[in-house]
Amino acid sequence: MSAANNSNTSNSAAAMLRANLAKDLRLEWRSKDALNAMGFFALLVVVIFALSFDPTAEESRRIAGGIFWVAFLFAAVVALNQTWAREMRNQVLDAYRVSPASASALFFGKVLGNFLFVGAIEAVVAPLFMVFYNLRPLGPAWQLIVVFLLGTWALVANGTFFAALSLRTRNREVMLPLLLFPISVPALLSMVEATTTILAGDGSAGMWIKMLAGYDVIFTVAGLLLFELVMNAE
Amino acid sequence: MRRDQTILAVITLGLLAYGFYQAIYVAPTEQTMGDIQRIFYYHVPSAWTAGVMFFVNFAASLVYLVRLSPGISKISAMIGNVVAAICVIATLLWRDPLYTWTVKFWLVFSIAVLYYLFWRLGKHTSQGRADAWAVSAAEVGVVFCTIVLITGPLWAKPVWGIWWTWDVRLTTTLVCWMIYVSYLMMRKFSNSSQTATLAAALAVFGFLDVPIVYMSIRWWRTQHPSPVFASQGGSIDPAMSHAVMMNWLAFLCLAGLLAWMRYTLDRRRQHLDYLHTMEALSVSDSARRPTELKGIR
Repeated sequence: MSAANNSNTSNSAAAMLRANLAKDLRLEWRSKDALNAMGFFALLVVVIFALSFDPTAEESRRIAGGIFWVAFLFAAVVALNQTWAREMRNQVLDAYRVSPASASALFFGKVLGNFLFVGAIEAVVAPLFMVFYNLRPLGPAWQLIVVFLLGTWALVANGTFFAALSLRTRNREVMLPLLLFPISVPALLSMVEATTTILAGDGSAGMWIKMLAGYDVIFTVAGLLLFELVMNAE
Repeated sequence: MRRDQTILAVITLGLLAYGFYQAIYVAPTEQTMGDIQRIFYYHVPSAWTAGVMFFVNFAASLVYLVRLSPGISKISAMIGNVVAAICVIATLLWRDPLYTWTVKFWLVFSIAVLYYLFWRLGKHTSQGRADAWAVSAAEVGVVFCTIVLITGPLWAKPVWGIWWTWDVRLTTTLVCWMIYVSYLMMRKFSNSSQTATLAAALAVFGFLDVPIVYMSIRWWRTQHPSPVFASQGGSIDPAMSHAVMMNWLAFLCLAGLLAWMRYTLDRRRQHLDYLHTMEALSVSDSARRPTELKGIR
């Protein structure tokens, strides 16, 4: 498909990527649908967990990483469920399919957009979370940022792909977590273990960060390769 | 049931009976665990069979995806050649006293056989067939994986004192089971015209995920008894390994039979869908209505 006229494919793919990303950002800036829903949802989950467990206990340091990432796994699903729905309105996706634009550019633009949205919400909720749970990283704090970036990318890259898969199913709101959670087990485990290690300050989180980076690379490549087939599925 | 399926069913029943006899009466009683250990003759072959079925699902899904467009076909054939070549070279250059030239020869031979089978199947398998194999293998694989997850705790309670532990093999098996259950749910909930492509993409993701799950959980914790068939450490009575192998053969036949019957059923479903579509397209034009689709089996 893309090999048909590759006179300036790389140039136009980059332009398409920029256009897709700009469109998603503009839509979100005007509606703020995903940001509002996701931010409030993440906050609710954090508060409900804080009420269910004793957040002031010394034990909370051990479970805080898990609570934080579970909250964001759920919150990301809330946002990701809407991410393709807006492409269905007015048959945008069908128009995209008949256009010669590269499908990978659309996918990558979506992933980048969602990454920015989820990352923005994390940047707001994470400090709140630290305050609520009275946390202070005992390990190297810069590693936390690496874990956040890689972890968010893992959730979003897979989540965007599976959202596209579940778009064609009868009950897509339920389908996305059913597909996303089992595949994300290693990523979730790595994020939680790395975060907990850094917060508790015992040992090195390097191995988990490498694991997360490997996961990101493998599934981003798989998503980019398979997305065109999924988008054009008849 | 077709006649060749009946023959396979008879062979399977014979093997199952022989395997049962070997496992329950012939194999010696294990020293420390006693008769409880005999569940191992069903647990381990089921696990291997489930693994084989999931691999078949992955291979069939790959064939399906490759068939989607000729460009992908060409690229994937190239990648396949390179991977096969790397496997052969790595096997030949691997320096380990364990890998003698005889072992290396068998490894290269099996790579060649797999490569040939895959190439052959890929060349002569239509998309419909590949998809039917994928769904059949996944369903049968989930059944055997469920057997593994049920027999494991039955053994663990008396031996370990607990039903379940979050050990690497147990957790990986559970996650693997969840991945393929989600695969089957996805098939159930999607539109019939797009199911095959979406499911094939998901199957590739799922299969890629299993080794990563394994690695991540191995770093997390491990407790399962190390494999007794591995080269170092474990040892096993020949009568025991015979029982395991016979049961594995029997289970493979059973899984193959079930998958084959499910495959036949799915091919008929595809044929029916096709007939419905054609009927809807040309209600009046009776001359063009297909009565028989070639190679439906």
